[in-house]
Parts: sequence; structure tokens; C-alpha cells
Amino acid sequence: MTMPHTGPAEVPAVHAGGAPPARRILAHASFELRTVLRNGEQLLLTLILPALFLVVLARTELIRLDVGGAARIDVVAPGILALAVMSSAFTSQAISTGFDRRSGALRMLATTPLGRGGLLGGKILGVLAMQAVQVLVLGALAFVLGWRPALWGVPLALLAVLLGTAAFTALALLLAGTLRAEAVLAGANLLWVLLVIGGGIVLPAGGWTRYLPSGALGEAMRQSLQHGGASTSALLALVVLAGWAAVFAAAAVRWFRWH
Amino acid sequence: MPVPSSPDQWCVALDGVTKSFGSTHALDSLTLRARRGAITAVLGPNGAGKTTMMEICEGLQRADGGRVRVLGMDPASDAVHLRPRVGVMVQDGGLPVMALALELLEHVSRMYARPRDVGELADSLGLHAFARTSVRRLSGGQRQRLALAIALVGRPDLVFLDEPSAGLDPQSRLAVWELVEGLRQDGVSVVLSTHLMDEASHLADHVVIIDHGVLIAEGTVAGLTAPAASGRVRPAAPSGTTPSAVTLRGELTPEALGSLHEWAREHGLAVDATPATNEPAPRTLEDVFLDLTGRSLR
Repeated sequence: MTMPHTGPAEVPAVHAGGAPPARRILAHASFELRTVLRNGEQLLLTLILPALFLVVLARTELIRLDVGGAARIDVVAPGILALAVMSSAFTSQAISTGFDRRSGALRMLATTPLGRGGLLGGKILGVLAMQAVQVLVLGALAFVLGWRPALWGVPLALLAVLLGTAAFTALALLLAGTLRAEAVLAGANLLWVLLVIGGGIVLPAGGWTRYLPSGALGEAMRQSLQHGGASTSALLALVVLAGWAAVFAAAAVRWFRWH
Repeated sequence: MPVPSSPDQWCVALDGVTKSFGSTHALDSLTLRARRGAITAVLGPNGAGKTTMMEICEGLQRADGGRVRVLGMDPASDAVHLRPRVGVMVQDGGLPVMALALELLEHVSRMYARPRDVGELADSLGLHAFARTSVRRLSGGQRQRLALAIALVGRPDLVFLDEPSAGLDPQSRLAVWELVEGLRQDGVSVVLSTHLMDEASHLADHVVIIDHGVLIAEGTVAGLTAPAASGRVRPAAPSGTTPSAVTLRGELTPEALGSLHEWAREHGLAVDATPATNEPAPRTLEDVFLDLTGRSLR
């Protein structure tokens, strides 16, 4: 190791000053995205498993689907995109934030000019950037498998993605900011499995599941991308998602701890 | 060291600061000062309130009461203006475990308008050897050096270092000390908390000792360790045992030697002590610390 002395040549005339807020937040979003893309476990959760489910559900008869005369891929693909949103906004974000909280990284970053607001803004932008990657990769795969979405439903689907991201990211922060990192890891993974199996996100489940954030997101995506219209059930799903987003955000603001 | 009188000469000024967590009073009307351009060491046992004090100054926690000024600003309300001027090394490093070492340093540098050159800083701290290693695979010493680099990359006016050399090997510790001394030469103010008395003795211009959330002593190392006027008599036998003779550490002033002989006669003991040839041996900072904060475990 070389001698770390900071010599007179490095004497700062003034402190470095903060970078513009937008640049800081974009830099942090980029940092979050690169960290997720480099992490094998996160990639498995956010891209590989959804892609695997897409192929298996669309191309095999392992699971019987009541598609009501539609092509299997047209029913499955919107649910897979909803799953991808949940994976990146909730499970991945909860685990990474939980471990960043334990290591003190949240506190360290909050003392830089990024601040707490910039840190949260960067995280949310990072999640949205990850979802853009997911939509591109999974959408392209679904297209190859024969998916032809109702294009006029895309704006409604984008709204569902935004509301779903808000609800699931707030839930992720609530868990990560209140539980120990190991408990967050176990809880987020367990909840992901339970919601995939019975939460109405990948496939329509009906009944009370449509009032879960997972069921509402899956329903909104299917209604918009399969049928293309702003149906009553699609609008109900959006209202449910907005309600969950408000509840989880309020709880996260109230109980999230940085330490 | 002359005590500056102008408020502008304090980089940190706390007046009657209180902070509680439930029924626990972490800070109990704490008042202290740290001088600009100097190294101030904050000492205290575990749970004394050191980290709480540092985190209030860093804007990570809000004080319940009292007045806090850091570089003349309130860290709670002026955080936006204060953060670009303050570098922080949080306890245990505070590094995201999935990040790569140099990538993380570059990332933090992007938060500043005119940061230090990352390559030069990495060179000076020997970070290139593990630049592409993820934080979770770094040794304790490597993490500490990376955390230090992060605290310095924004050319701060003031640096808070929470136990900067905890867990370091002697070589890395010396390197950290040289770095901190270099900061002082550059005019940067440093406030560091430490459990290492030799670190405080080696580095600090000013030492503050806090316990139970209050300031219990402060001064220069020399001032704090100056021998008491009457000397200190310390039988070498462990407490709870009855010595057959008294042997002393160091040398005694004539006054202390006289009182020792008197005490020994009363107890029927022999004395083996050396009269001081000149001044009595000074106490160490650890002696002072233990005298003030007690020797029992907490």
C-alpha cells in the first residue's frame, strides 16, 4: 500500500459541492440497475424464472388453463409481465434494501449530497429501469412465442405497472425498514412463492384474490393487454392497486427505520 | 494549544443536546466543542453516546433538544447545504455489499460537482488491488480503507470518522493515521470516535470523553494525562488480596512516598518504592479514561 498522505498539491480550495439533484438521482438509479443485473440471484428472480414460467405455461400442458378460447400465450404473457413487476419492485427491492440497511449503506449514502430523498428517488427510478429491461426481454420472448397484445390497452397497462410498482416498492420498503435482513430475505421470498401460487398474479384466480395487490396487478394487465379496453374490472383493479399503494406508503413512512 | 474564542473557530458546537430512545437517555444535555482544522477525538465506553452524537452531527438523527451547529449550520434543517461539505465514515463502513469496490467509490464521487480524482485517491489508499472485488468479499481492512476513501472523495471541510481503524492490522492502522494527519495538514477538520487510546494519543489535538451521554472530561492529551499534584499511590497487588509488601509502578513524588510509608506502617507492610528523581511518571490516556469511566464491564 502506498503512503496515503494527502500532500499540499491536493489542498482543496473549497469543498467539492454537490452535483445537480437530477444527476445524483440518475447516477443512483444507474448504480442500482447495474447492481441488480450483476447479481445472479436477483436475475434469477426478475428475469430467468419469469421467462421459464412464460415458456412452460405457453408451450406445455403441465398446467391446465381455462383460456376461454383465447391463445394460451395471450392469457399468460400479461400475467408474466405482472410477475416481473412484482419481482423487481417487491422481492428484489426488499432484499437489497434490507441488506443495505443492515450494512449501514443506507446511512452512508444518506450522508452524501444524494440524501434520503435522492436515495429513494434513485431506487424507484432503478426499479423502473429494471422493469423496462424486463418488459423488453420478456415481451420479446412472448412475441416470439406468438403473443400479440392489444396495443390500445398499452396505456392502461403502463398505468397498472406504475401503480403496481408504487404498491410493491412501498411494501418492500416497509418490510426492509422494519425487519432484520435475514427475516426480509425469508419473508420476501416466501411471499413471492405464495403470491405466484395463489395470488392471482400469473393466472386469473378470481374471488377475493382480485383484492390482493398481486391479483389486482395481474387482472389489470390481463384486462388491458388481452382485451384492450378500460373495462369495469380493469378499473376496479387499478383502484385496488392505488389503495394498496397508499396504505403501504403510509406504513413505510411511519415505520421505516434507517438503522 | 490556545482555546479559540470565536464561534467561527468551532466546526462542531453542541449545547445541551439531549436524545432519548424510549427510556434510555443516550445524550443527556451534552455540551462540547471541536475546533476547526484540528483533530478531535471522542472517547467513551460502549453505549456512552458517541455514535448518537456523531449521527446527530451527520444529520442521520435529530436531537430531542439543545442546539447543534456543524460548520455553523443546523444539520437537521440545513442538510442540503451541509452534506456536500462533510465526509462521513459510518461505523462498520456502511458499504453496499453487492457493489464493486472502485465502482462504489466512483458512484459516490458522482454525487459531487468537483470530487477528488478517484484514481489518485484509490492509489493513495491502495484500493486498486481490489478494485473489481465485490464489497462482501473484502477483508475488514480493505473495507475500512474503501470507507475512508468514500468519506474523502468530496473534498470535505469536515470529516466524521466513527472508529476508523477498528479491526485493522498494524500496517493498515498506521496508514490510516498518516491519512488523518494529512487531512489536518490540509486544513480539514476531523472528528473521530475511537476505543483505541493510542490512536487518540497519537492523532488528537483535543480529546473529549463522554459517558452516559454527558461530557466528563476534555482537553489536550498532555493536559489530561498530567500527573495529579499529590501523586497517585497504587499497590501492585490485585484488589481483594492482602499484599505482604507494596511495590509501586513508576516513581513517586516525595509527598506521595511519605503518605505511602505512613499507610504501610498502619498496615504492617514493607514498602518497595522508588523516589522520583525529577517529575513523577505521567499517566497514560488509558489511565485517565479508566479513572473517569470506571473499570467494571458494562
